[in-house]
Amino acid sequence: MSASLAVPAPGGFGRMTLRLVLIGAVLILALLPALNRLPADSALHVSDFIVSITGKWITYAILALAIDLAWGYAGILSLGHGAFFALGGYAIGMHLMRLIGPRGVYGHPTLPDFMVFLGYQELPWYWLGFDHFPFAILMAMLVPGLLAGVVGFLAFRSRITGVYLSIITQALTYALMLAFFRNDMGFGGNNGFTDFKELLGMPLNTSAARSTLFYASLLLLLGALWLCSWVAQSKLGRVLVAIRDAESRVRFLGYDVTRHKLFVFVLSAMIAGLAGALYVPQVGIINPGEFSPGNSIEAVIWVAVGGRGTLIGALLGAFSVNALKTWLTTVAPDLWLFALGGLFVAVTLFLPRGLIGLFSKAPR
Amino acid sequence: MTTAPGLPRRRPFLKVDMRQFLLALGLLLWLALPARAQDAYTAALPGLAGSFGDIATSVEQLGALGDPRALPLLRALQEGKLQKTADGRLLLPGPVDAATGQPTDAAGAETVRLNNRVRQALRGALGRLQLVSPDAAERATAADAIFRSRSAEDVPLLQAAIAREADAGVKARMELALAAAQLVAPDESAKRDAIARLGAAGTVEARALLIEARAANPSMVTAIDVSIATIDRALSIRRAAETLFQGLSLGSVLLLAALGLAVTFGVMGVINMAHGEFVMLGAYATFVVQEACRGIPWLAPWSLPLSVPAAFLVAAAAGAVLERGLIRHLYGRPLETLLMTFGVGMILQQAVRTIFGAQNREVTSPAWMQGTLMLPGGIAVTQNRLWIIVFGIAVLLLVIAAIRFTRFGLEMRAVVQNRRIAATMGIRTGRVDALTFAFGSGIAGMAGVALSQIDNVSPNLGTGYIIDSFMVVVFGGVGSLAGTLVGALTLGVVNKVLEPYAGAVLAKVFVLVAIMLFIQRRPRGLFALKGRAAES
Repeated sequence: MSASLAVPAPGGFGRMTLRLVLIGAVLILALLPALNRLPADSALHVSDFIVSITGKWITYAILALAIDLAWGYAGILSLGHGAFFALGGYAIGMHLMRLIGPRGVYGHPTLPDFMVFLGYQELPWYWLGFDHFPFAILMAMLVPGLLAGVVGFLAFRSRITGVYLSIITQALTYALMLAFFRNDMGFGGNNGFTDFKELLGMPLNTSAARSTLFYASLLLLLGALWLCSWVAQSKLGRVLVAIRDAESRVRFLGYDVTRHKLFVFVLSAMIAGLAGALYVPQVGIINPGEFSPGNSIEAVIWVAVGGRGTLIGALLGAFSVNALKTWLTTVAPDLWLFALGGLFVAVTLFLPRGLIGLFSKAPR
Repeated sequence: MTTAPGLPRRRPFLKVDMRQFLLALGLLLWLALPARAQDAYTAALPGLAGSFGDIATSVEQLGALGDPRALPLLRALQEGKLQKTADGRLLLPGPVDAATGQPTDAAGAETVRLNNRVRQALRGALGRLQLVSPDAAERATAADAIFRSRSAEDVPLLQAAIAREADAGVKARMELALAAAQLVAPDESAKRDAIARLGAAGTVEARALLIEARAANPSMVTAIDVSIATIDRALSIRRAAETLFQGLSLGSVLLLAALGLAVTFGVMGVINMAHGEFVMLGAYATFVVQEACRGIPWLAPWSLPLSVPAAFLVAAAAGAVLERGLIRHLYGRPLETLLMTFGVGMILQQAVRTIFGAQNREVTSPAWMQGTLMLPGGIAVTQNRLWIIVFGIAVLLLVIAAIRFTRFGLEMRAVVQNRRIAATMGIRTGRVDALTFAFGSGIAGMAGVALSQIDNVSPNLGTGYIIDSFMVVVFGGVGSLAGTLVGALTLGVVNKVLEPYAGAVLAKVFVLVAIMLFIQRRPRGLFALKGRAAES
């Protein structure tokens, strides 16, 4: 594994071409909500379904970006990034639940329906503050960041690396899933949160809300891409790649490996949390199923399919695998798991550098 | 004697004594002289055609007789199926004459009606009759019924029944009922005796009984308190023992699931996320063997032992194919192996779902594995869990023996220690790799046989155990079978000890967190490898 994975290989599929393709893709994406506004009989009309599903994919792409930053650059294969994504989703979900207010089935002024149903008398303390949007967004970053900080600190300090870290993070998301399934956690148990009404004064089921969330996701994607590539190309990024390839050697050279890894892990978790916060209002539901270990590992395979350590590959993988999934689950639902499993096998065996690797020349 | 509101007033002492005397006499007559007893049966019949008071008296007489014919008669009466004719004959459904047992005509017959007093008498009489029933289960039910309705009148009946009882389980319940009846009887010394026996019985029911008696018998509070304390001690010991057993049984399930991993992950260093699916394959192999044996009556009870080698072979074959076909191309790249095997797991799951359907398949336990074993001290132990513990230990010994004492085990250890030198000694390392992986996978298949007994056989059976198994291996120390054993049993027991306080789910979460903290202290697990092996 050479450092040339860090940036797309020079020559062949060059940097300029890559940028042009990226700009083109972003422009096309940005046009989608506008095309949705066209009259339905217009040839260029884009259906609501396309807009909402693309918006969802963009948040997936952000999650893939976060995973790529940790895995592709620092070699931290987290099988629990879905947990950070879901925690961000739960944070915004709590805000959305608070905004329902007295419009719930039970009509209670502050308590969400499920709390009334479970016999709560008042909001649990950890629900306070979530009626403010900025607070909810802050929490969507801070909670995953804090969790990643604690887990990462414990794990990296005792030099848990490679598959051990993967298993631990998988256990983490599994434990969170079990915990969130419980009714007495105060997060809606099995059913999670749904029936959202509005966000920032916009009713959620309108096309205005859809396109706003779409553009917000797109902006976040571009911001995260910029941030990640800035980190990757900085001196810090070089050290991360070095850690990935020879951790002990970097440590003996005097670098604080634990701190470097912790920084990138927390940053990655925070990006994943924000992605989750944009995902939930677009799909209209969050439940403990989002914590399932399968989700996290599926997100990892997006990155592997696209090509890790390239950032662009993560985006490519997230979009292509999800497009395949959407197509296959409607055409032949039984085949999807075969296809996904096959992707895992095929990519690891035959495409170690992912789809991006097909376009760029092999290093050396 | 005080009367609780709502309960029927107790009869005066004298009449009770008379009745006891009569009952004892009737019982004696029945035991000694069956012919005379039948006369008593016929003699009691006419009352049933009379007034409610007569019916109740007859019912009580019949109940005291213990005549086999009385049971269907009283049942018919209770169910409103007993009829009487104008000339005073009683007809059982059929119609059959109750006195002679001969078929008869039912012209002009009317149903014998009941009132509350008769119903109450019927309940008591039926309960007593059941006490001498030839069916042990019925006798036990009768003893329990008397325990609930207890009255002083039951004492001689129970004493007679206990003297005759051969079944130990039924006898114990009768003795409990006797003690309950003696507690409400006027005999003071018998009461003290009953309190002591209840204390020795050490059951929850006995404790409730004593607490009830404590208020009614102020003179015996000290004796009762001593008995209650005895019971509490016995109960807490039993609870601890049962928790320990449950923990060990969960631990041996974890051990079975983790042993295969200890070989593939611990020894070979291959991280196989499809391990849970191999367990699932083993469970389905068990199901298939069971279905295949269903048609052959003499084989059917032994389908479970038969499925152990079947499951081993199926999972081992799948493992060998996986290792030779895919995994060996990824040696030295653990993260890729992890992802790839996860994909294989998905494919296996979906394939099984396509073949067998998504619904749960049922594997029945053979008769010799069902039921509950009562250990001394009243510790209840479910048989199939006990068998799983035995099976887990057997598989562990098998694995140790295979690694220690066989040619294959020797080659396996050689390849793990130094692949190149092993190869120069003429060991075909590739073949050893495949066999080792197949061996570990086969053990997973055998775990599937055990899991089919306690869990639903469904395509995602394995996913529930894979994370726990990895935790066991990491906790115990990678590459150490002793660590796997201790890790599995510890995790099982800790889980079950925490469960009453935190619930099953939170207990699991606590254990996961605890393992993460534990790894801080000992990153290489409980039984870390030392020396050269630790470097690799």
